[in-house]
Amino acid sequence: MSDFTSEFWNLYIVVLTVLGVIGCAVLLYSQSMHKIKAGKDNPIGTTGHVWDEDLTELNTPMPRWWMWLFYITIVFGLAYLFLYPGLGTYAGKLGWKSSGQYQAELDQATKNYGPLFDGYLKQDIAAVAADPQAHAMGERLFLTYCSQCHGSDARGSKGFPNLADKDWLYGGAPEVIKATILHGRNGVMPPMGAALGSDKDVENVAHYVASLSGGSADPIKAVFGKGKFAACMACHTAAGTGNQALGAPNLADKVWLHGGGLESIKETISRGRNSTMPAFADFLGEGKVHVLAAYVWSLSNAPAVKPTQANHAAVAVTHDERPGTNH
Amino acid sequence: MMNAPERIIKMYAPREAIHPRETQGHYTRLRWLCVWLTQIAFYATPWLQWNGRQALLFDLAARKFYIFGLVLWPQDFIYLAVLLIICAYSLFLVTAVAGRVWCGFACPQTVYTEIFLWLERRWEGPRSARLRLDKQGFTFDKAWRRGGKHLSWALVGLWTGFTFVGYFTPIRVLSGLQFGPWETFWVLFYGFATYGNAGWLREQVCRYMCPYARFQSSMFDRETLIVTYDGKRGEPRVPLGKEGGACIDCSMCVQVCPAGIDIRKGLQYECISCAVCIDACDGVMDKIGRPRGLIHYAAGNGKQATWRRVLRPRILVYSAVLWLIIAAFGAALWLRTPLKLDVLRDRGAMGREVEDGAIENVYRLQIMNTTEQPHRYRITVAGLESLAPVTEDVVAVGPTETLAAPLRLRVAAGNGQRGSNRITVALTALDDPALHVQEEAVFIIPRR
Repeated sequence: MSDFTSEFWNLYIVVLTVLGVIGCAVLLYSQSMHKIKAGKDNPIGTTGHVWDEDLTELNTPMPRWWMWLFYITIVFGLAYLFLYPGLGTYAGKLGWKSSGQYQAELDQATKNYGPLFDGYLKQDIAAVAADPQAHAMGERLFLTYCSQCHGSDARGSKGFPNLADKDWLYGGAPEVIKATILHGRNGVMPPMGAALGSDKDVENVAHYVASLSGGSADPIKAVFGKGKFAACMACHTAAGTGNQALGAPNLADKVWLHGGGLESIKETISRGRNSTMPAFADFLGEGKVHVLAAYVWSLSNAPAVKPTQANHAAVAVTHDERPGTNH
Repeated sequence: MMNAPERIIKMYAPREAIHPRETQGHYTRLRWLCVWLTQIAFYATPWLQWNGRQALLFDLAARKFYIFGLVLWPQDFIYLAVLLIICAYSLFLVTAVAGRVWCGFACPQTVYTEIFLWLERRWEGPRSARLRLDKQGFTFDKAWRRGGKHLSWALVGLWTGFTFVGYFTPIRVLSGLQFGPWETFWVLFYGFATYGNAGWLREQVCRYMCPYARFQSSMFDRETLIVTYDGKRGEPRVPLGKEGGACIDCSMCVQVCPAGIDIRKGLQYECISCAVCIDACDGVMDKIGRPRGLIHYAAGNGKQATWRRVLRPRILVYSAVLWLIIAAFGAALWLRTPLKLDVLRDRGAMGREVEDGAIENVYRLQIMNTTEQPHRYRITVAGLESLAPVTEDVVAVGPTETLAAPLRLRVAAGNGQRGSNRITVALTALDDPALHVQEEAVFIIPRR
């Protein structure tokens, strides 16, 4: 790190660069003023270099405008070093920065594509979901920003919810999906091992939970577990059907976020789970989230357009106009 | 060594203007033919239409090159490389046969210099008048002649710049004067480059800048045909009427030379092999009743060209290799499948167990339809017992569109080995079974 904070390297670069430019200028000046003798039988003369006693180099003069080009190059170099960052840590008179250029391009993109998203923002999510172009855009946004966790087909994987079924942790209404994407979610299942008591208690509760959805469970253990399940009811309700207001999963269906085997359930109960859906409001902006929410909602709500037709209609959106891609 | 009257010169010298005299004859006609052919092709091609779009368009922004029926994508860049190899090889072959004929007849630098010289003659008159005009002080006559010349040069330059940009931005859009800032810049840039190169720089481009001019001489051999002065016949040079060689030292060959050299000194690096000195000398020989050919195309060893000499082993090998590359290039283009496929496995999840112990893997297909028609493709998979797509197995992709389509594959319980299994994913157009590509992929079955 000292390489970047030490003043020495700044000076090193500055001195080398300045000496280099001055050296070029001096060499050029001396060469352009250099005079050589030309004889009658050799009208162009030689450069004066002699090798191996009699081997000389003919002077083939460059055109004079070429020399002026060299001088222009030097002036250009000096002007560039004055205006732009290049001389050590000197920032340049114009204050150009790569981050500034990035921001300018980003602003331009927002200006270009903003109206498109603003238009969708005025429609409600169900209407956006029926729009083939919005569907295609939503799909591309999803593939760019969501598929890493939820999968390209939105069906999730262990620990990451399936978005293509009717089962929702926080609710599947269009506005709720949008809120989830905008503000994120934090799903916390506290470790209940100590609260329930012994390992045996945990196992009994696990059997009871498994029995709720008709999974393979020991009926005796399940009966014992049912008593202890009281500790879980605050979130998962007495029937174990969960509470979408809290994001507490329904334990009475066949959908398991962290695995439905007895071992997985035991681990969930004794150690707890902590799942995070990040917030995208600042990153994507409401317009893109709106289109995304429509796409996600359409996955489980018989979309008015079939995906293949949507692909077809998306032809109008060419490669470069893809709002969701990072360039 | 050099002891005769000395004078002091510098290592950078001002350029001396060259005013070539106009010629007539066989090679001059050939040069003008080349001007017409290349320029009609250059100025007219962007206006040709094909399938309701510009026939030849290099759309850099969309990264698609339209060449008549062909649409090339960045993935097809190899074809451009092969095309450049073909061009380079053709240059080698032609240069081995007849020296720098490319330079003298077809190079844009030569062609535009000829056009600009023609304009110069219209405004300022023949060589003698132009030399006089150079020496003249500032007069009204000089002003309007020079002004008119530069104006006509600038117009040709601008038209050239406009046409050149028209290969990259649809020329029919440009012709509506819908110039973006970059189009304006490039039109002016290429316009200025044409004006500067053909009007001001001329032979200096070949002398000081062009790398081909220099390395072409390495392709010469003793049989290569070059523009040659027949010294045996020509020397000693004597005025007409006296006994001596055939050359009467009229200096016509020097006056017509666009490179400003004296061909009688032998092969020089400045010579672009344009052969106008042959026309000039033949004209003089005709007038004084001597046989033509004092300056002629001859092999570097001075021997007359014959078919046997031209078709020497080196030329035959060059030609064979060139035709081989062209044939391979044509075949590769002809057999090209205008459909590309990438299969990307989702990295987030290894494999997912679903009902009845079946295993699912998720992929993303990157499908590039490089034709200009919409197509519907069927996805087929192979490599594992019971492997089948769960998602829609027919996808529609619009013309010259790239589509990212999720694909979910399922294998019934008990099939395949734990760990990774090699599979293939294939696409076949429903309307054209020849539109078919296949890609390898991996299907992962969790170990526990």
